[in-house]
Amino acid sequence: MTSIINEHSHGLAPVQMRSERKRSTDIADFAAISKTEEQWRYLDVERLKGLDAGILPAFDGEISFTAPAGAAHEIVGIDHDLFGSAGTPEDRVSAAAWGAAGQIHVLRIPANFSSTEPVRLEVTGASEAPGALHVVVEAGTFAEATVVIDHRGRAVLAENIEIIAGDESKLKVVSVQDWTRDSVHVSAQFLKLGRNAQVEHIAVTLGGDTVRVTPTVAYAAPGGDVNLLGAYFATAGQHFEHRPFVDHSQPNCKSNVTYKGALQGEKAHTVWVGDVLIRKAAEGTDTYELNRNLLLTDGARADSVPNLEIETGEIEGAGHASASGRFDDEQLFYLQARGIPELDARRLVVRGFLNEVVQKIAVDDIEERLSATIEAELARSIN
Amino acid sequence: MSILQIKNLHVTVETDQGTKEILRGVDLTIRSGETHAIMGPNGSGKSTLAYTIAGHPKYTVTEGEILLDGEDVLAMSVDERARAGLFLAMQYPVEIPGVSVSNFLRTAKTAIDGEAPALRQWIKDIKVAMENLRMDSSFTERNVNEGFSGGEKKRHEILQLELLKPKFAVLDETDSGLDVDALKVVSEGVNRAKDSVGFGALLITHYTRILNYIKPDFVHVFVAGRIAEEGGPELAERLEAEGYDRYVNA
Repeated sequence: MTSIINEHSHGLAPVQMRSERKRSTDIADFAAISKTEEQWRYLDVERLKGLDAGILPAFDGEISFTAPAGAAHEIVGIDHDLFGSAGTPEDRVSAAAWGAAGQIHVLRIPANFSSTEPVRLEVTGASEAPGALHVVVEAGTFAEATVVIDHRGRAVLAENIEIIAGDESKLKVVSVQDWTRDSVHVSAQFLKLGRNAQVEHIAVTLGGDTVRVTPTVAYAAPGGDVNLLGAYFATAGQHFEHRPFVDHSQPNCKSNVTYKGALQGEKAHTVWVGDVLIRKAAEGTDTYELNRNLLLTDGARADSVPNLEIETGEIEGAGHASASGRFDDEQLFYLQARGIPELDARRLVVRGFLNEVVQKIAVDDIEERLSATIEAELARSIN
Repeated sequence: MSILQIKNLHVTVETDQGTKEILRGVDLTIRSGETHAIMGPNGSGKSTLAYTIAGHPKYTVTEGEILLDGEDVLAMSVDERARAGLFLAMQYPVEIPGVSVSNFLRTAKTAIDGEAPALRQWIKDIKVAMENLRMDSSFTERNVNEGFSGGEKKRHEILQLELLKPKFAVLDETDSGLDVDALKVVSEGVNRAKDSVGFGALLITHYTRILNYIKPDFVHVFVAGRIAEEGGPELAERLEAEGYDRYVNA
């Protein structure tokens, strides 16, 4: 049977407030992963294929960098100032990967940089050996850039990505999870926004056995504006989990979270937990989060949990919405009434539903590849 | 020459209060080139007739038949009916997020014709049809019905009518929510499509206003799920003067 789970934390006694969650770079500070912890409650630990066992070796796949002139890729040691500058692990896998490799990849986008060409980091896995990777993206003051981190191939990867958006910068970061069917990927992504920085973060997850992406947003100064977008499509047996967290600690910042998912097939499982914390100092905050899931077949399950913790009354706005369901019959009727056969109509609706997010990437070859992947998944099993 | 026949049509719908019969024996025959106006008060079943012809799953036909050139329409799926030549211009067209008008129109045209339209001619056809309906060329890049005004939605419906060239067009309260200028543009579009394609039209309306712009050959007064009176254009004039009270209170 299809399960549709929508719980609002308002009605439940929270196990732990988000503001009280443990942060540490030491794996010993985190207990073995168990479903009794809120943040692991939906995931079977066996699916992690050893990423949680202990300190991890370096990722053994290939990493390639292309960028317009001015942007640079460097590999530096963990004694570098940038290491740990945007965040601290909040879970065991992130801690297992933290500094484990002894080196980090830095994508440096200098102050006043501006280019319509994207900065690209291609992370291509080649084995099922558990490994760790640490990436830092640093955009200087007034920089305007798009960064694509493209994950492909076969991998069992624990990853930390730190994203530092300098004062007044405009940064778009796209994280694509397009792995082979047996891959495992746990990616903690830490965003830190400077004064008036505008960041668009887009997570697109289409391939892998188990993928868990946790984008965490912190504001270093007032005026930051973040737009967290996500699209995912899980088919039979896949587990895709996205847990965006926006920590409003500064006044007059904005956040907007929109994740859209499609599911089809037996035991396709997606989890979306959206946490927003508005601390006492964060007056004038404006935040909204939204998750929509489209269940295309029986046997799939979408968990969707928006959480909002508010410690000040002086805010502009705070809201959330979550809906999971089947096809909108009226949409199908409209398309069919124009002669489009039901199967094609369903494909068109799903494609459009996910494309709303994919279109925002605005990098042609990536958009085309992702659209083709969505198309292929739809062709395979909607019937 | 095509013919659409509706014979003794009975239709029910499920409501919170149980099964309710909306259409109670409708008989109607439309031929190519004819324009029939169906007029009636709110709740008389006009829109139910429109949606039943198109095959909306909400409505159950309990008795009677619909034949298109002798073919059993009720045995066809919604998309088969459209491909057989039936078109419904909807009163409340739905939004399809992420699907552009241009993609939608091409997909529909390909489905109706059974092959993709020749690209250059198709682009030209769209351009001309949009200019005629006074629609901005950027319209095709927008997502279907998303953020459209009431007038834009209706123009988009008539644009499809012009491009898809059906045998029979059912226009469900196409005049609702339009100011006089928009009504003129939309009506011209219907007349132009009708002249070029020669389809039969079933014009469903509450008011006589649209009949000043689209001239009916026949007028049917719909009351309580069946046709209560039929006549020529003069019947519309009489309704304009007298309203529906005579039927409702009868």
